[in-house]
Amino acid sequence: MTKNIVLAQGNGGEENAELISKIFYKHFKNEILEKSEDAAIIDGGRLAFTTDSFTVSPIFFDGGDIGKLSICGTCNDLAMMGAKPTYMTCAVIVEEGFPVSDLEKIVRSMKKELDINGAVIVCGDTKVVQRGAVDKIFINTTGVGVVQKSGISSNCVTEADTIIISNQIGKHGATIFANREGMEFSSALQSDCTSLWPLVEKLLAEGIQITAMRDATRGGVAAVLNEWAKQSKVCIEVNEETLPVSDEVRGICEILGFEAYNLANEGTFVLAVKSEDALRAVEILQGFEEAHHAAIIAQVTHQYDGRVVLLSAWGSKRFMDLPTGELLPRIC
Amino acid sequence: MNSLELKDLYDGFRNPDVIKSFQKLIAKEANKLPRTINIMEVCGGHTHTIMKYGLTQLLPKNINFIHGPGCPVCIMPKERIDHAYVLAQQSDVILLTLGDMIKVPGSHGSLQDARAKGADVRYVYSPMDALKVAEENPDKKIIFFAIGFETTTPMTAALLDVVIKRGIKNIFFHINHVTVPEVMTELIDSRDEHVNSYDHRIDAFIGPSHVSVISGSKIYEKFPKEYAIPVVVAGFEPVDVMEAIYMMVKQFNEGRSDLEIQYKRLVTSEGNLKAQALIEHYFEKVDLFKWRGMGNVPNSGLKLRDEFAPYDAEVLFKEILPYEEIDDHKLCICGDILRGFAKPQECTVFGTACKPSSPLGSCMVSSEGACAAYYKYGNLL
Repeated sequence: MTKNIVLAQGNGGEENAELISKIFYKHFKNEILEKSEDAAIIDGGRLAFTTDSFTVSPIFFDGGDIGKLSICGTCNDLAMMGAKPTYMTCAVIVEEGFPVSDLEKIVRSMKKELDINGAVIVCGDTKVVQRGAVDKIFINTTGVGVVQKSGISSNCVTEADTIIISNQIGKHGATIFANREGMEFSSALQSDCTSLWPLVEKLLAEGIQITAMRDATRGGVAAVLNEWAKQSKVCIEVNEETLPVSDEVRGICEILGFEAYNLANEGTFVLAVKSEDALRAVEILQGFEEAHHAAIIAQVTHQYDGRVVLLSAWGSKRFMDLPTGELLPRIC
Repeated sequence: MNSLELKDLYDGFRNPDVIKSFQKLIAKEANKLPRTINIMEVCGGHTHTIMKYGLTQLLPKNINFIHGPGCPVCIMPKERIDHAYVLAQQSDVILLTLGDMIKVPGSHGSLQDARAKGADVRYVYSPMDALKVAEENPDKKIIFFAIGFETTTPMTAALLDVVIKRGIKNIFFHINHVTVPEVMTELIDSRDEHVNSYDHRIDAFIGPSHVSVISGSKIYEKFPKEYAIPVVVAGFEPVDVMEAIYMMVKQFNEGRSDLEIQYKRLVTSEGNLKAQALIEHYFEKVDLFKWRGMGNVPNSGLKLRDEFAPYDAEVLFKEILPYEEIDDHKLCICGDILRGFAKPQECTVFGTACKPSSPLGSCMVSSEGACAAYYKYGNLL
């Protein structure tokens, strides 16, 4: 590991995992933490508990803002454990000079998203720091959810499961890149930032047998599938052609040399469901506007345990790897 | 007519049916080959295409690829990265470069590490972005660490052109532009002192199309003529590469060694004369440029002409730049890999001491390097 923290250690990939295990897990080590799920399951399996800090530039982007993100992110982590979001906290660190009207705009979009999840903020904290001490505004939210369906875990994926994606991939990451300074793309591209609990609630109500769920945030779909393959000791074989990618995202990937499956999502999740339920799950998801492009993308085998394989439409295959390093545009 | 969308430019060139058809054509043609042929794709972009689309899996065993040295990020020697590192650490400097250059380690670390220690290092999508940075930071010196082959050189020249015409006083250049034909020649008749007798194994070259969009296909004329080595200038989509391989195998079976253009959609023999004139105006050849993994290659690098010295960061910061020679890592066999004598897995440090997150040699530093690609796509190749 490097002597000083580098940006790559926050990428959701290998370096990030190394930092967490060598510094935080080393000292905080306990059984619950080490399960390494989206949310910790506590109180004898009754509650799900999670936290997330949000920093994004720009703070207002196409399809959302840091406020919406800060509620979706935490609530989605709870939903991914089959838990209904209930009580939340909100801590804000904001720099002097920040427009109050922007702060209110952010808080309003938090409230809107809380309503969608049926959750409430019950305590909070505000810190104002000198200009430059934070990049405009950082938000932390913590959430508690009540587990509706227990046993959902990324350690239990087997050959009896089929892998589904809920939406077109890479939209959030591509939008943030396109909205960044220096890029002058004009496109209809919007972040997929959305709350997933309503979708999960419906899947559970319809009795879909869900083995694992994870929202594909930093590191994208590749990070989720690789973690599952490792934790469940299986091989996940993805049919490249079936991965739903919008034309806009593909375009940005072409220009910058990225893979859509490495880009972050904020309202798109991967599911492993019992194969007999797969088609029905896709149909249910497609009934939601934010999951219109839900599709079956992969099978589970034992061909290369612990690895994810991409199958091309012309019969070749390659590994779908975890992103390493900071996501940087390729020169040529 | 509907407007042209980006996907229209590549969808057809990734069509599974077309790829499979070429697979059949190549298999049929390759059946007639008397021996295995070694094709070098000079450019890292082609290496990336071949690996990413798994093209080697579609080819018969008697077609072998040698992954060439054409990745400007991979071949950047530590000495030059150390220059960038030192420049970036000056408190009044903002160092700009292109994308993945910032993660390549020099002897003290990468530009990413310099940034973590407080240096102002930024990557730009186009050299022209430097204009905005310079305008917003009038009290800083903006140094553009220019890298790349013939493809990116005109952009650097165009930036300098604007800087001079607008009288901008705070943009400077550290030039690391290199050229393709010279390193190809070097691969054939190596003058490397470490190699006593040299017997290259290259039967054919795939030439990068984007280089030829600028320089024309004419830059490769000498290889068929003087060395009887065929060259096909090819695009970067899987269909382009498959067609180029087909054209190559046909040349062998027909006993020809010609210069052919597969990427007819943009490449001409002459190339972009305006861009060439711009390069010629601002740049001249340096006698030797050191390539990571390859050593010194004659006439393969460019520098600013002396009259533009006031814009040359190497002249301006001469006093603080380090000039010691740094040897490539002892265990690294990148030189042999680039010449086609070894495959990445044959290297003792491959995947152990040398990984994409901590690369020792040139072939591991960028996703376009052969070792990085083998590491990433691994035992499926």
